Amino acid sequence: MLKEKDKIFSNLYGIKERGIDSVISRGHWDNTAKFIKKGSSWIIDEVKKSGLRGRGGAGFPTGLKWSFMPKPNPDKPSYLVVNADESEPGTCKDREILRHEPHTLIEGCLIAGFSMGAHVAYIYVRGEYVRERESLQIAIDEAYSKGFLGKNAAKSGWKFDIYVHHGAGAYICGEETALLESLEGKKGMPRMKPPFPAMAGLYGCPTTVNNVESIAVVPTILRRGASWFSKFGRANNTGTKLFCLSGHVEKPCVVEEEMSIPLKELIEKYAGGVIGGWKNLKAIIPGGSSVPLLPAKLCNDALMDFDWLRENQSGLGTGAVIVMNSDTDIVKAIWRLSKFYNHESCGQCTPCREGTGWMMRLMNRLVTGDANLEEVENLLEITKQVEGHTICALGDAAAWPIQGLFRHFRHEIEDRIKNRITKNIAAE
Amino acid sequence: MILRRIDKKQPSEFKFSKNNLSWVKKQIAKYPQDRQQSAVIPLLYRAQEQEGWVSKPAIEEIAKMLKMAPIRVYEVASFYFMFHLSPVGDKAHIQVCGTTPCMLRGSEKLVEICKKRISKKQKELSSDGKLSWEEVECIGACSNSPVVQVGSDYYEDLSEESFVNLLDKLIDGNPEPGSRKKRFSSEPEGFFKSSKFKIEEKTNASVKLFLETPFSTDRKK
Repeated sequence: MLKEKDKIFSNLYGIKERGIDSVISRGHWDNTAKFIKKGSSWIIDEVKKSGLRGRGGAGFPTGLKWSFMPKPNPDKPSYLVVNADESEPGTCKDREILRHEPHTLIEGCLIAGFSMGAHVAYIYVRGEYVRERESLQIAIDEAYSKGFLGKNAAKSGWKFDIYVHHGAGAYICGEETALLESLEGKKGMPRMKPPFPAMAGLYGCPTTVNNVESIAVVPTILRRGASWFSKFGRANNTGTKLFCLSGHVEKPCVVEEEMSIPLKELIEKYAGGVIGGWKNLKAIIPGGSSVPLLPAKLCNDALMDFDWLRENQSGLGTGAVIVMNSDTDIVKAIWRLSKFYNHESCGQCTPCREGTGWMMRLMNRLVTGDANLEEVENLLEITKQVEGHTICALGDAAAWPIQGLFRHFRHEIEDRIKNRITKNIAAE
Repeated sequence: MILRRIDKKQPSEFKFSKNNLSWVKKQIAKYPQDRQQSAVIPLLYRAQEQEGWVSKPAIEEIAKMLKMAPIRVYEVASFYFMFHLSPVGDKAHIQVCGTTPCMLRGSEKLVEICKKRISKKQKELSSDGKLSWEEVECIGACSNSPVVQVGSDYYEDLSEESFVNLLDKLIDGNPEPGSRKKRFSSEPEGFFKSSKFKIEEKTNASVKLFLETPFSTDRKK
């Protein structure tokens, strides 16, 4: 179990005083200029050495991502954009950072921004998080009043400004290029890659988009050392991580824990166990709605990290664990996700725009019991046709939950259809 | 993808209030020169907070302010789901999260209550015009599910009983948001009772902001 002193977000729940002076007394903003004076390649090296992988879902090494930024060019300023468009169903971790630990993010922005030669950061907060956005803005104003941001940010000699921007309820804007489109004042439709944002991002300038948590952990990594961070978790899956536990658990919660923590330990220690006991577990979705589910038999030994979950045909995603016990109509639970993706498809690519609708309607027929056995194959065929044939990963994300359902619960779906057919015949 | 259109009945004009107008100028200043289009979502949202919904005159006014073609603003307003393109309840528009994590913890029952108490179909006004409701997709408070959003605020950890109670209170006033299970924020229920933590703040940051600024004159709930 992660010790209290090793938690990066010591005020995650907001019970401690949140004003900037208290934040400083807890060690944040302590001589931030020291890191900046060591230079950008030192910062990037430390982040690389810590093994930090992006916390937004894809798990791309954060230090490596920063190193892709070109040398500063006065005609094309570099931008840091923070993705606080947390909308993956099951995920509610960045909300706690934004409202209760905003200074970790703000300090992280300064350090990350400097390391990639950016003087400006935009933080794109999802539209629904109104109070969280206000909370973040208050913290930014405090940072300006203390001289931590502005012309000579934290007395480092580096000019740095942070602006808060917000969306208005479109899941797709969590995709980095859709987010940039939205930040430019357009519909959030993903761009073709390449060019990648590091070459042509916001306003056509070099841009790096990072998740809130990836940026917010950086000051602590530098302060305590890359080797401190990398001692948590298994190799290639290092650090601490915020996990969001929801669904059929006794006490849903957000917690910071070590990477690679066994799933069972995570659920039983923090969330008070599965409702009805561990034996009552049916399946979990380990990383937010986009990753395939894991049936109970795999949950016993599951480790919560990128590699274990990928090897078991799922993914860590955002670390959002959705628990389903045996009372769950699992077909319906996945149908609701299909409805979500149908609602949130931006409509740009035909396979996704049309396919998400077909998938939702077929899933609906499975729920109501009107489908026949041939349609099962039909549905799987559609998921394959959508997967990999769209500009962004929303198409894949819509296909995977259904593929996961069939991988592990096909018998249940087929039984349901057969039961209905035999019942109908008996009734006649 | 969901097709959305503006309401058939439109007001004749839209003007930002004086305070909002000075706020608008500050928003535009956040972005580089000639990139004022970036401010379109914040402006549309502020217009909605002022009027309750986004009307065609508001779209046209914002287009003028940002030097955009009206169609570009219109497509933004219809693309993003938080913009209401027709009037919503006078007192409150209740957004019930219905995605899987909330569904697993009983959001369907909340939807049933909305159908009974407010209107059969979502986005329709109740008979007295005070309330309206819709089922929204994940609003990102899954560890406090089921959740509903009203205006800027989240009402969390709801049960059928506490939700009915909330609806009553929304008609008469402005109930305090946050957990209905007396949780502080997203900690495991009862976590602070049994442990050695000292609670230094009275409420979590979201509730605190509600208590400080429930509405201002330029912002409708």
